[in-house]
Amino acid sequence: MLAHGQSRPHRHIWPMTHDTDILIAGGGLNGPALALALASGGLRVTVIDARPAPLRTEAGFDGRAYALAIASKRLLTVLGVWQAVLANAQPILQIKTSDGIAGRGPAPFFLTFDSAEIDEGPMGFMLEDRFLYAAFLQAMQADPNITLMSGETVVGQEVTPGGVRITLASGQSLAARLLVGCDGRQSGVAQRAGIKRTGWGYGQTALVTAIAHAKPHHGVAHQFFMPAGPLAILPLPGGHHSSIVWSETDTNAAAIQTLSDADYLAALRPRFGDFLGEIALAGARFTYPLNLTLANSFVAPRVALVGDAAHGVHPIAGQGLNLGLRDVAALAQVLIEASRRGEDIGAADVLDRYQEWRRFDSTALALGMDSINRLFSNDNPILRTGRDLGLGLVNALPFLRRRFIRQAAGLSGDLPRLLAGQAI
Amino acid sequence: MTEATTIDPAEVAKFEAMAAEWWNPHGKFKPLHQMNPVRLDYITSQIAAEFDRDLTAHQPFAGLRILDIGCGGGLLSEPMARLGATVVGADAAPRNIPVAQLHAEQMGLDIDYRNTTAEALAAAGEQFDVVLNMEVVEHVSDPLAYLTACQALLKTGGLMLCSTLNRNPKSFAMAIVGAEWVMGWLPKGTHDWRKFITPDELQDLIRRAGLDPVDRKGMVFNPVTWSWSLSPRDLSVNYVTASVKRG
Repeated sequence: MLAHGQSRPHRHIWPMTHDTDILIAGGGLNGPALALALASGGLRVTVIDARPAPLRTEAGFDGRAYALAIASKRLLTVLGVWQAVLANAQPILQIKTSDGIAGRGPAPFFLTFDSAEIDEGPMGFMLEDRFLYAAFLQAMQADPNITLMSGETVVGQEVTPGGVRITLASGQSLAARLLVGCDGRQSGVAQRAGIKRTGWGYGQTALVTAIAHAKPHHGVAHQFFMPAGPLAILPLPGGHHSSIVWSETDTNAAAIQTLSDADYLAALRPRFGDFLGEIALAGARFTYPLNLTLANSFVAPRVALVGDAAHGVHPIAGQGLNLGLRDVAALAQVLIEASRRGEDIGAADVLDRYQEWRRFDSTALALGMDSINRLFSNDNPILRTGRDLGLGLVNALPFLRRRFIRQAAGLSGDLPRLLAGQAI
Repeated sequence: MTEATTIDPAEVAKFEAMAAEWWNPHGKFKPLHQMNPVRLDYITSQIAAEFDRDLTAHQPFAGLRILDIGCGGGLLSEPMARLGATVVGADAAPRNIPVAQLHAEQMGLDIDYRNTTAEALAAAGEQFDVVLNMEVVEHVSDPLAYLTACQALLKTGGLMLCSTLNRNPKSFAMAIVGAEWVMGWLPKGTHDWRKFITPDELQDLIRRAGLDPVDRKGMVFNPVTWSWSLSPRDLSVNYVTASVKRG
């Protein structure tokens, strides 16, 4: 556990029985982002992280990276994290989408999104997990309102008259006004709160790695819709590295993952042709089974869910983290505004405001991603012709294309202040 | 936790149930809960402006003594206490007091709840920086006498926030027909429309009571977004005013 000084006073006199204002279960990326956002509004936060934290500050390149939307970048800027990762962020200048057949390269109709078409500059940034996480960790350690408890997990939770009490694996017990589950698609916080989930698997698994390539990527991201599932090639800093998110059927993926590095590359190579020149593996190989999982409610008494705990989406277009940061921005704004009015931040009517703000947007996006994947992940010749024409049509209509770009960049909808680049 | 109250233990279960009802945002007091954020936005911003407080700071209302008249379950008293004020909650209905006390205790808040009236507090010489007089004036028999008692309760330079319902066909349709008869939001007979007061009448009464009106805003319910907002122009149904006791 990292102890912090008491130099900055917190806002409210909570009962002595409360150890903090808000407990966050999960120290991934949404948890730290939420902690920083809440602390900026004067609230005290304790983050429970299962990992032993300091080990990852010097982590080497492992190939895991995120496509951050402009809105997410704005949030990170306000939270003081962007400055620390800026030098390692690769701007995405263009996104090329196309239908593809393995071995035959991309179909004739390319759909191109260009950042020159919107005013906000690059449509997003690629950022490696090791840099983003390290920056979050550093910012949390510097904030006197945040306590990080590493190597701990929540094993029990109980609603009390004025708050919530959790039990940790170590046996320690902590009380707060509110417990936020940032603990992923199998959220223990949601399960213990009795929140049921709706969802289904895709029979697909994402293979994730990083490659080095001979020709420069020029800041272009590619998304090929293959019969087995989408393949994304996302540019990393330096011009000669890209992150690969490669979806295959569960059976294929399991077989591919057992291949030697050389055979793995041999399987990957024909899937996107030779436009990047000779390729080599440059990172560890990960697999993620793909499923859609939506919590039936994003809130329960004294509990709120954020990110994958609320809505695990198909990782098409890298919307998972961006969607999570939208939750972070909305929840932080609701809670800070409530606390400035003197409201009980864990009260049901306060939490309802968060749910109303986020539920439609995240459900719509989750189902949208789902239907895009279902439309493209098959080899039906009629659908194939239809979607080739459809992609060509969207490409031909600048208005439609701008709407797609703005949606992907996270710039549409009722924006919380952090996503507009403003402090709460 | 704060110190134990003097509530009879046999009564605690009943009061807990009543407190749960007062504080259930989907229950009997749903309209008050829905309106509360907008009422609090007005109250907190007016107090901050009058006493030069920064709402983003730690305990911005520290040092202020606030009276909440008609406190009910404590929907306004608790937020004021959380923001650092010293709060007295007064209610003429005796059964509300232990209910509010119990909830404040659960929240770890120290609030002085009393079964009393504005007139009795004024007669006892009590003094406050702020008097919250929200949705009360339309229920009293002599508004001028009542507002004069509120004036007497204020220190020089003190602030009174007073909200009520306008009297016109629209407020009759919304507050009586809509809220009581159709939606069942409020028990029938909660309001007597003839006792509703127009903004100009209220302003006149406030002046005659010895206070200076400094602001008034409408509180408008939008049935499409199902939410309340403050309006500088639309005072046609619910409205709220701020007035100051000059030296």
